[in-house]
Parts: sequence; C-alpha cells; structure tokens
Amino acid sequence: MAGFLQQLVNGLSLGSIYALVALGYTMVYGIIQLINFAHGDVLMVGAYVGFAAVVFLKLSIWWAFLLAMGCTALLGILIERVAYRPLRHRGAPRLAALITAIGVSLFLENSGLLLFRPEIRSYPPGLILNRPLSISLGGIDFTVTTFQVTILAVTGILLLFLQYIVYWTKTGKAMRAVADDADAARLMGIDVDKTISFTFALGSAFAAVAGVLLGLYYNAIDPLMGIMPGLKAFIAAVLGGIGLIPGAVLGGFSLGFLEALVSGYWSSRMRDPIVFLLLILILLFKPSGLLGKNQVEKV
Amino acid sequence: MGANGAGKSTTLLTIAGLLKPQKGAIYYQGRDITGLPAPFLVKEGIALVPEGRRVFSRLTVRENLELGAYLVKDKGEISARMEEVFERFPRLKERQRQLAGTLSGGEQQMLAIGRALMARPRLLLLDEPSMGLAPMLVREIFRIIQEINRQGTTILLVEQNAHMALQVAQRAYVLVTGRIVLEGSARELLKSEEIRRAYLGGQ
Repeated sequence: MAGFLQQLVNGLSLGSIYALVALGYTMVYGIIQLINFAHGDVLMVGAYVGFAAVVFLKLSIWWAFLLAMGCTALLGILIERVAYRPLRHRGAPRLAALITAIGVSLFLENSGLLLFRPEIRSYPPGLILNRPLSISLGGIDFTVTTFQVTILAVTGILLLFLQYIVYWTKTGKAMRAVADDADAARLMGIDVDKTISFTFALGSAFAAVAGVLLGLYYNAIDPLMGIMPGLKAFIAAVLGGIGLIPGAVLGGFSLGFLEALVSGYWSSRMRDPIVFLLLILILLFKPSGLLGKNQVEKV
Repeated sequence: MGANGAGKSTTLLTIAGLLKPQKGAIYYQGRDITGLPAPFLVKEGIALVPEGRRVFSRLTVRENLELGAYLVKDKGEISARMEEVFERFPRLKERQRQLAGTLSGGEQQMLAIGRALMARPRLLLLDEPSMGLAPMLVREIFRIIQEINRQGTTILLVEQNAHMALQVAQRAYVLVTGRIVLEGSARELLKSEEIRRAYLGGQ
C-alpha cells in the first residue's frame, strides 16, 4: 500500500507536466481541429529559453519560467501565422495542415540541433529546493520532495489561471465561441484569426513551463527532448477527449499514474510500449476519449 | 423568397461579410461595403441570424448573448441590452445558465435572434427563422420579427414559408438561380398568379 501511494505521488509530477502540454494540444485542436505536432518542440524551445535565462542572464528560476512563457508564446503565434494560417485561409484540407505541423516539428528540432548543438545540457543545481518530506497518512509512510510539491503547485496555479481566462474573460469566451462555430463567431464581430493566435500563445506558454519543469526534473535538456513528452501529451489529450480542456488535465494525470505504476510494478522499459498501446486501444474503442460524448445535433 | 439553391442564403452571407462576391457591389446607407470583413459590418449595424440558428451550443444562453455584444465595451450597456432581450424573450431569462445546445429548436431560434439584437443592428438579416419549427412557434417568431421591425430595425428576411413571409413583409423579391425575377410590394405579390402557383400552393 505504501508502495502504491508512493507511485501515485511520483505519477502526480509527471502527470502535471503531461497535463500542461496536453492543454496546448487540446486547445489548438478545439479551435482549428489541428493536431499541432510541433507542440512538443515548442516545449523544447521553452526549456532552452529557461536554461539561457538562468545560465546566461543569471535570472532566478521564476523569471526563467516567465521569460520562457513569453518567448514561446511569441513562437506559437509565429508558427500559426507562418505555417497554419495561410493554409486555413486557402481552405486547405486538414491533412495538409497536419503534414505542415510535422514539417514545423522537424524544422524546430533541426534548428535546435544546429543552434543549441546536439549535446545534453543541465540546469545548474539548486534552482528549486529539492528536499524530501516524509509524510505519514493514516499509518502509511511515503516521501514527497519539495520539488514535486512545486511542480504540482505551479500546475495548479496555471490551471486556475486558464480556467479564469477561458470562462471569465471576453477573450476566453471568444475562444470557446470560435471553437464552437467559427463563422457564427465572425458574425458576432470576433476576430477569428486573432483569437486563434491567442490560443497558440496560451498553449505554447504552458508548454514552456512544462519544458523548464522537465529540464529540472530530468536534469537534462537536448534539442530532441520535446518529442517524447509531446507524443505522450498528445496521447493524454486523446485519452481525456481531444478538444476538451478538463479532458487534457484528466488524461495527463491518468497517463502520469499509469506510467508510474507500470515502472513501479513491472518495468520502466515497459512504460512507453504500454502508453502507446493505450493510444491504440482508445482509438479503437473510445476515440472520443474518457470525457468525450457523441454530439447530437438538433435540426 | 425562392426555391432551394436560388441564392437566398448566399445573398445574406455576402451582405454580412462571410462570403466575398465574385462580382457586383453592395451598398449600405449609401456606402460601398463590398468585401468588408464581418466584424466591421457588425460595427456598422448589420447583424445576421444565420440559417440553422448556429447558436454556440457549448456556451450558456447568457454567454451567447454576451457574445452578441462582443464589440460593445461598456458593461452597463451590455446588461441593459440583455435586459431588453430578456423582456422580449422571457424564456431565455429562465434558461440563461443553461447550455444553448440543450434548448429546444424554438428557444434556439429566440436565442439566435436575441444574440443578433445584442449588437443593436440597424439592419437585421434573418435566414429562414421558421425552419423546423412547429406552426405555433412559427407564428410566435413572426410576431416578434414584426415587433422588432416596428420598433425601427430594418429587416431582410429569407423564407421558404412564402405565405407567412408575405404577410409580414412590406416588399418582397423572388430569386431564381441568383437573379431577381419578381419584385414588388408584399401585398401585390400575395395576389400575383405566378406566386400563388409557385409558392402558395394555389391552382
């Protein structure tokens, strides 16, 4: 039982990170029905911006988070503007946009290899307090590190922030309106392109936080580091129900738990195969995801 | 009025700025508005209630109405307009926290009209508001449309239900494959042999 609880705690950290990345996938999918396969690479760029902020600019880790968020938000807007918007305006098929997304992903990875070089870099130690805390809950003992608590807290704050944006601000309402019916949104006077840009900015900023957290978590960053978390977060988004914000969070945490349990009770080598098997199973049996419903349209 | 595919909806969508005309020009209050984007036209006072209502089904009734006044900055103004819409459609007030997708067809039509009114349009474009509604509801919707018109909003109505449309309209135009083939006062058209034969089911 103690072991199980410990695995859950471990799953919570990785799950938070997956959730942050999955949100970007799901928001972009919700608004333009595109799986933005470059999203994981935006995470990588965020990790490098954070790295540069603490190593070269000597900023604190919190400023590094903010700087990484700002830079990737701009990157997200740029990617949308250069790669996806022209296709959308020409009414290109969705497959063209998807292939373009893979192209953007390869472009970012290879630019990363060129600019940052393929070697692994580490964030300097001691940026975030990482001390183990022993907790006893109803006679069961387990350990949580202060870093794990930090990851959870950062994720929690960002989720609240997102909830506020999406449900309480005018821009958030516009986002949901565009996701629901872009043409009807246009009739309300909503600038659909601007709303889509904002969605990319928001999703990319969240990916940046995940990138910095992953850099700190694994103590390593490299230009291809975004591929795996990108794919995993994509699976998380599909698991929860692609296009649904609560689904991304649920999917992220579920995936984190699943990985922790597989690594803990079976073998960490089985972790990735199991996760991808899960993707196949969802697509076969419940493609709309855990929270997805088949929408019934009224005539 | 006109048969399916005559170009009625296309005309409205083009006026509202969702489609660009291949040729020709659109004048509104003496100004050429051809090809201007929808948000600009909303600001100029043109609102479209699209075919099939197109309410934001995953947003609440209240949020739908708020979005109708998207370009209005003043919050007090927005709530004043919302009160007006609620007065006109008390059903919407009762259901303001409900998701629009859970409303009945008639309620969705009311919401679509209410949402358009939130922009305080000078020209209201209505595309087949009676579609799929029970006859009693159709009469109710038409009564409201007439009321809106009497209060000073110009209405351009597209309808398959020619009989109803001609009873509330002042002028009517019949479209065939994108061209106006007949126009005149609604009263004249109601009496016209051609119209009776083609649209009103008379012999």
